[in-house]
Amino acid sequence: MKFKLSGVCAALAAGVTVLAAAQVGAQELRVQCYSDGNECEVTGDIAKRFEAANAGVKIVIDKVPYKAVVEQLPVQLAAGEGPDIARVTDLGGLNKYYLDLTPHLGAARAKYWQDNFASTLDWFRANAADKGIYGLMSQLTVTGAFVNKTLFEQAKVPMPPATATWDDWMAAAKKVADATKTPFAAAMDRSGHRFAPLAVAYGARIFDDKGAPVVDAGYQTAVKKFVDWHKNGLMPKEVWGGVGGSQYRDAFEEFANGRIVMYYSGSWQVKRMDTQVTKAFDWAVAPAPCGPAACTAMPGGAAFVGLKRTKQPALVAKFLDFLATDANYKELMARTENIPAHLGVAKAGVTYNVSPGAKAALNSFVADVAKIAKPNYQLQGYRFNRAVFLPTAQRLGQAVAGEMSADDAIKRLTADIAEQVAAASK
Amino acid sequence: MKSSTARTPWFFLTPNLVIFGVFTFLPIAINLYYAFTGGVQLYPKDRPFVGTENLATLLDCGSYLDPASCKKDIFWRAVWNTAQFSLFQVTVMVLFSLITALVLNRKIIGRGFWRGVYFYPVLLSPVVVALIWKWILQREGVLNAVGVAVGVPQTLWLAEPGWAMFWVIFVSIWAHMGFYTLILLAGLQAIPADLYEAAQMDRASPWRTLTRVTLPLLLPNLLVVLVLAAIKAVQTFDEVFVLTGGGPGSATTFVVQFIYQTGFQEQVRLYGLAAAGSLLLAVALIALTLLQLKISRAEEAGERAR
Amino acid sequence: MSPIKFLTRTRNGRSLDWTDWMSYAYLTVGLFLMFGPVLWLVASSFKTEAALTEFPPSLLPYGQKAVAVPGEEKPKPVYRVKLPDGTTKELPEVRRIGLVATHVDPAKPEEFIRVNVNDREPVREFRLATENYTDLAGKLKFGTYLWNSVFITVVATLLTLLFNSMAAFALSKYKFAGRKGVFLLILSTLMVPPAIVLVPNFLVISELGLLNSLWGVIWPAVATPTGVFLLRQYMLTIPDELLEAARMDHASEWKIYWRIVLPLAAPALAVLAIFSVMWRWNDFLWPLIVLSKNEHFTLQLALNAFQGDLVTQWNYLLAMTVITLLPVTIVFAFLQKYITQGIASAGVK
Repeated sequence: MKFKLSGVCAALAAGVTVLAAAQVGAQELRVQCYSDGNECEVTGDIAKRFEAANAGVKIVIDKVPYKAVVEQLPVQLAAGEGPDIARVTDLGGLNKYYLDLTPHLGAARAKYWQDNFASTLDWFRANAADKGIYGLMSQLTVTGAFVNKTLFEQAKVPMPPATATWDDWMAAAKKVADATKTPFAAAMDRSGHRFAPLAVAYGARIFDDKGAPVVDAGYQTAVKKFVDWHKNGLMPKEVWGGVGGSQYRDAFEEFANGRIVMYYSGSWQVKRMDTQVTKAFDWAVAPAPCGPAACTAMPGGAAFVGLKRTKQPALVAKFLDFLATDANYKELMARTENIPAHLGVAKAGVTYNVSPGAKAALNSFVADVAKIAKPNYQLQGYRFNRAVFLPTAQRLGQAVAGEMSADDAIKRLTADIAEQVAAASK
Repeated sequence: MKSSTARTPWFFLTPNLVIFGVFTFLPIAINLYYAFTGGVQLYPKDRPFVGTENLATLLDCGSYLDPASCKKDIFWRAVWNTAQFSLFQVTVMVLFSLITALVLNRKIIGRGFWRGVYFYPVLLSPVVVALIWKWILQREGVLNAVGVAVGVPQTLWLAEPGWAMFWVIFVSIWAHMGFYTLILLAGLQAIPADLYEAAQMDRASPWRTLTRVTLPLLLPNLLVVLVLAAIKAVQTFDEVFVLTGGGPGSATTFVVQFIYQTGFQEQVRLYGLAAAGSLLLAVALIALTLLQLKISRAEEAGERAR
Repeated sequence: MSPIKFLTRTRNGRSLDWTDWMSYAYLTVGLFLMFGPVLWLVASSFKTEAALTEFPPSLLPYGQKAVAVPGEEKPKPVYRVKLPDGTTKELPEVRRIGLVATHVDPAKPEEFIRVNVNDREPVREFRLATENYTDLAGKLKFGTYLWNSVFITVVATLLTLLFNSMAAFALSKYKFAGRKGVFLLILSTLMVPPAIVLVPNFLVISELGLLNSLWGVIWPAVATPTGVFLLRQYMLTIPDELLEAARMDHASEWKIYWRIVLPLAAPALAVLAIFSVMWRWNDFLWPLIVLSKNEHFTLQLALNAFQGDLVTQWNYLLAMTVITLLPVTIVFAFLQKYITQGIASAGVK
């Protein structure tokens, strides 16, 4: 029996392998995709048109949990495995696995990419000397503050102007919260990425002269302010203090339930705001809050990158280039309600099929793009930016939960970042 | 039992041992090697040997009782959290499993059904268990809704360190006690009925019957349950990870989560440090098991002497 | 016999005393505690995404009523509107800008009624958001995922039963040098939580070429220390005389194992089968690492695909969770007697 069974197993295993081999023969591209909404479905629709235009080509979209992209993909790539194309957020960190599209695009198309994605191509690169074209930003995100307009109106507090600082906003939101008996003034997603604009507004330069990340005086000021806001009850401590490690947690529910006046998150929330919040109260996007150093936001986003291990590099480049054409890129933006990273498409404008409120919000985010300060851009393009983001969430979370003082958190944060960067450059 | 020096037993053992060898012992060996190497490379051959550096990093502490004085403070917070969790979870769970088993061992109607009730959560995956309870315990969850209705203010059940630890223990007991209850119930049902009849004839009080007849005879089962529960408690990871993410702060971060985070979640993955952590965990588990076996032997010897 | 006496009658004819009442009270609380949370999950999975964020949550899924309005594509939400003349009326909203909402009477679609948003409240009705489930069918290749989950579960369980029982047979029915050592070695692997050997295990699987193959999930799972331990303990209780008698009849050792010991160990095998099915069905972390192609995904992996970077689609996540719960629950409901008895009897001996 045992021998029979294992015989069956071997046969089955062999069958699977043969099947897999047959599929590779038919010019197949595997695209690993995670989604926050309908990104993978829309990409799939565009891929169908690509298949129609290229006989014999098959594009398979593998929709995976985000966890797979962050935790599993890097190990797979390190072992020489993985898909042909992946949708990733760790743009610089995975650089050594990327396929340079330049030779496959041809001079004319390469110039098209360089012209239209000038501001984001750097994010994928290893260093200043690197001139490769590695991926397509499938969405550009901008961080920003959502405010509950209805509460502001009820409290008869005027909305702070575009030059208002974080302190001004917090004071105004506090006034509104007190007048309307709202439990908290503001909340911010639990993420080092969301914290970065606050730090830069208060003077953080993030990098020292040699380009290494530092917890400088500006960053420290922001940490102390942030911890104090929680201590003084302006911010609900369950968002940053409620979970552990470097886990992400948003505060959308708090905002949707009218428990906070102002919510610092980003452009990707517009869709949810429109479908879930609009009927409850009026909301708007505030202009990027300021500090003594700058009024700034943090750029971000996800990108489709070609991977070096692919056996069909030309096809990978061809498909990504297909996605990057004006018409297709515009469709991707319009249907996923995202902000274009494609300058040509951005200039021509994208028509979003959304409510006037959501349209105004998206426009407000687009306007913020111009304000983004240099350190924020640098941080987004820094290869080890997650080595800054993750410890920030962890240590500030501990400080907010009351486990350590803001000063201790700063000390630990400094050590954590140094340890990671040192290990990475070994 | 057949006395055999032939190859027969090995024939039967081979498939299991080969799979163990390849998929369990080989990974453990690689992990052990990881513990003494540094860098961020995946393949052992690419990793520089660093001796006991990783262990030293983990053990670098002013005082082991004060995590804030340690270089790797999260690791030591995790160690003490795990110890606290295991102590309470195992004690309370075994106690409730015992009570439930005693109740189920009575002459009750629908015993099979009730047995099933307590066992059902054992079938759920840790992720689902955590999702269910997260859904109930969140600020906008049903527990707070009920609380508000009866006048208890909204409480952040998973964001207050004390409550978070309480709920983590509670949920873990909820999910696992059915299994241990059944083992204890089996032990109870194996106790010969004539012993109870004898106790009844002696007009022994129920309490006396419990302490003098039931518990001593149940001792072997209780010990198995204790050892198993303790090993599982120290290894707790996924359900807590999904439920609290190890928070608030690091109040429910356990050792396995620290290892997972260090080796798998950070952008720069320190496999060596993670492996060193698992080495220390293994040492602790082995010590714990040996200790429990020793105690059980001593107790059994004591029982016999009485 | 009075009805109360009848209901409180016990098996041995006594009537219930206070300890019985305590027992039933304890069990009833247990029933509520063990099943309540799961039922709440099921109820929640029928709520719309918006209703899921409401506080206080409603016990049953209520949604806002919507009606078709002539000239509009989608059904429009209905509000109870206080009209200027003081009367109230249920009217669908066609547009809202700021604090002013425009409503319309479907009977007279040309006439717009403008009201302040504070002068109205949504009309709610009981409605199961079955779209949480039906949408999934369009988004996912259910058949494939179900087949993969079932394939992994069944094959891994069969192999587990076979290999573990063979090992248990050797460890319980033969005396040989190294027996104790092997047993302890197998048991010692209980000490290793899977989460900490993920990376080395990945390396092994990758070198063996088992990545992106269901076998990469199956093989590492089939040699379980728990299984060997459980079966060995049970087989120890099978009298050696039976085996000796068979040997007298010149039965081969394989035949003794296959024809005598295995059937006698059925209760313990049943228990291991249940555990194995449960473990494999629920596996998440390991399949996530081994399988990255759609056609290999299991239900648990598909379930988690609704957890994005920035947004988790709770309505789908909950619906998907309920779907993965169903098979386990159905199997349990039908087999629960055998399952619990089996565990009880396997533990006894």
